[in-house]
Amino acid sequence: MDILLKKEQQINEDDFMEKRVKRQLETKVIRKRKTYEASMKVLMLASTFLTGLLVVFLISYVLIKGIPNLSIEFLITKPSYITEKIGILPDILNTVYIVLATLFIVLPLGVGAAIYLTEYASNKKIVGAIEYAAETLSGIPSIIYGLVGMLFFCQFMGMKTSLLAGAMTLVIMNLPTIMRTTQESLKTVPQSYREGAFGLGAGKWRVVRTVVLPGCVDGVITGCILSVGRILGESAALLFTAGFAHAVNGLLDGLSAPGATLTVALYVYAKEQGEFGVAFAIASILMMLTVLINLAATMVGKYFNKKKN
Amino acid sequence: MANKATAFLIGWRIEMKKTKIIENIIHGIFLILGLITVASVLLITIYLVIAGIPAIREIGFFKFLFGKNWASTAAEPVFGILPFILTSVYGTAGAIVLGVPIGFFTAVYLSKIATGKMRETMEAAVSLLAGIPSVVYGLVGMLVLVPGIRKIFHVPDGASLLAAIIILAIMILPSIIKVSITALDAVPKEYEEASLALGATPIETYFRVSVPAAKSGIAAAVVLGVGRAIGEAMAVMMVSGNVPNMPSLFQSVRFLTTAVASEMAYSSGLQQQALFSIALVLFFFIMLINVTLNFFMKKEGKEA
Repeated sequence: MDILLKKEQQINEDDFMEKRVKRQLETKVIRKRKTYEASMKVLMLASTFLTGLLVVFLISYVLIKGIPNLSIEFLITKPSYITEKIGILPDILNTVYIVLATLFIVLPLGVGAAIYLTEYASNKKIVGAIEYAAETLSGIPSIIYGLVGMLFFCQFMGMKTSLLAGAMTLVIMNLPTIMRTTQESLKTVPQSYREGAFGLGAGKWRVVRTVVLPGCVDGVITGCILSVGRILGESAALLFTAGFAHAVNGLLDGLSAPGATLTVALYVYAKEQGEFGVAFAIASILMMLTVLINLAATMVGKYFNKKKN
Repeated sequence: MANKATAFLIGWRIEMKKTKIIENIIHGIFLILGLITVASVLLITIYLVIAGIPAIREIGFFKFLFGKNWASTAAEPVFGILPFILTSVYGTAGAIVLGVPIGFFTAVYLSKIATGKMRETMEAAVSLLAGIPSVVYGLVGMLVLVPGIRKIFHVPDGASLLAAIIILAIMILPSIIKVSITALDAVPKEYEEASLALGATPIETYFRVSVPAAKSGIAAAVVLGVGRAIGEAMAVMMVSGNVPNMPSLFQSVRFLTTAVASEMAYSSGLQQQALFSIALVLFFFIMLINVTLNFFMKKEGKEA
């Protein structure tokens, strides 16, 4: 009887010990899980906060330093050695010219390529090659575009250093963007529209003209906005193709003459001439334009989404 | 009567032939438009190879790639681009080490935890970061980062590899965040629900289930960041000091991109050809990155 009692006690004790060890282990695991959880949370919040802070800092710093240097006179005059004042009218005009010229050339090319891919192409190899090429193009750094643009457009095609050569270089750079956005919007045109048009006896070209093209307006507009943003921000590709002159020209004269866009002018003023006030003034303009373009892109996207639903 | 019908038929047939010819012409035009991208890639490749090979041949392949000195304007010019290659590699690696963790955690937070307005605002902010021109980054870097580094680390000149790394890390953030978010959003809800049902906490689920499921997409984001960093020229040019030193964190350095950009304007002869060769080397790196990127993208496409 005694032995039995002892044994039971022993078992109870063992049980107790086992439970205790188990509980200790469990708390250890729970503690580990809790620290893991907490550290991940902290890392995520800190990273997101840092990213947000960076954006706020960049925008406010550039605007605070740049806006006091902005004036009407600064915007509508050209640099003068006589009064030793710097104006950025030529750079603004050059930027406008280069944006217009690039879009004018890249739109038909990009939209045409997208239409070929979604409407005409039946050979999978050609489609693959075109898509691969577009991906490759969007990965090539702008300095390489600048070099090849200089060799091909300025030297080989005899355009010299001019806004047009710069625009042609930008055309190649922006081709994938326009192509992709157009293609995406073409995919949302219902197949039944096309079938309906074919069923009524329309030829392929007629279908493309009357049914497909109106359906890709949203993609084209989005592509344009994205391209304008990219052109505004581009500098490395333009340095050797469009040059950095500050002359005021009309659109057609301007295209055949060299000229600096806003970004190139910023670079030259900041790095080569040490005119940081001017550089910040240009930077603040660019920053405001970037914000505007981003807003426009989101709004256009929302507007067309609503329309489609 | 019969004559009229045949005449009509013949006329109709001619009409049909005409439309068919027109259709074919239009098809041809679109085909040409489509092939312009392919032509552009070929043009770029061919031009770079043709322009880049002569200097490499004249200087010597190993002397060019592994030469430690670059003195292009000396009386007896020396063209060795190892400093540029190493600087580009170190600079990119540094930017990745610094930028990827921040971008990754931000992406997980935005994709899985942030809701509604918060996510929308942050995504808009990230897009904005992507849209800021690189010269603006360069300008801010010149006036904030460079003096800051000089003061904090007590070095004579803040224009250094470190400054370039920090700027690059910021510049690659948007691509990393955006592509990672897309990949994380594409993870099937069922995976996460199963993990939650097994007793994992939400955060454990995000990092131990969602992230591994999206790993190809996140890898693609990193590779994309590598491509952006190695190709950036203007911002780096403004903050890195632009002296052809072997890379060291607090010294002025010159990247592959900036080597091309800084001397192109006044170069000629063998010096200019050597610059084209540098561009060819850079292009080779970019192609390597493109192939890797494609590999991960395809994998991601298969997994999704």
